[in-house]
Amino acid sequence: MRKIAFPALFGLLFGTGIAISGMANPAKVLNFFDFAGTWDPSLAFVMAGALAVTAIGYRLVFRRKAPLFEDRFHLPASNRIDANLLGGSALFGIGWGITGFCPGGSIPALGLGEPDALIFVAAMMLGILLARTLRRAAATRVTA
Amino acid sequence: MTEFTPFASLFGGALIGLSAVLLMAFNGRIAGMTGIVAGIIPPLETGWMWRAAFLAGAILAPALLVGAFGDTVGFDSPTPVAWLIAGGIIVGIGVQFGSGCTSGHGICGIARLSPRSIVATLTFMASTAATVFVIRHVLGGL
Repeated sequence: MRKIAFPALFGLLFGTGIAISGMANPAKVLNFFDFAGTWDPSLAFVMAGALAVTAIGYRLVFRRKAPLFEDRFHLPASNRIDANLLGGSALFGIGWGITGFCPGGSIPALGLGEPDALIFVAAMMLGILLARTLRRAAATRVTA
Repeated sequence: MTEFTPFASLFGGALIGLSAVLLMAFNGRIAGMTGIVAGIIPPLETGWMWRAAFLAGAILAPALLVGAFGDTVGFDSPTPVAWLIAGGIIVGIGVQFGSGCTSGHGICGIARLSPRSIVATLTFMASTAATVFVIRHVLGGL
């Protein structure tokens, strides 16, 4: 039970942070990237605040052998910088630049009851499903 | 134009960081929105329940803020619907192949100095800036 109740609280914290910081607002996000136009540097402060707390907090957390509810930390195993990482990230940037929505900004925006957030999230989930299907098909072909 | 909000943004960012630290301390998980959203798309695998709970909390939070303090959360989506759909699909494909987004790579990954996440973040930041430049200053808008 606590394994599920606690993440709900952490999600609440995440969504509050996104809402207060301005990351749920596509216009604000797009303006951060518009150096040649209506530049709004706020997003740099979001990243600075988040990175400072996470870098210091992780350092303390990783002093322990395991998290409180699990027997190990679930960290990404891959170290490879490959075409999937580079191409996928470049593609993500194109979509982010078109819409001003990233996954972490769009999910809390759903709570504002904005239809645009719902349209974006539905399309994004379709994209994730498509890419997952493609990747699994490719993996099966390689191992078969 | 949007108003420059250094203090609210710094404070909001710190809350996002706190959420990431606590999720790692208690559940041993990366607070990456890509992985969390992907985890509730069928076929479901183990761990979908904590992800659904995190998402529910993240969606509820702005609604509670608005309920408690009124219309304080700014929102303006300037993108036409057709482009919103296209952009959403592109984001979904991109983050799935890139194994993460602003939260997973940009915050959690960089905080633990993962070379993959540093490269991914620099790549999508550059790509986003280039896309915004082309749309606003070459094409003159969508």
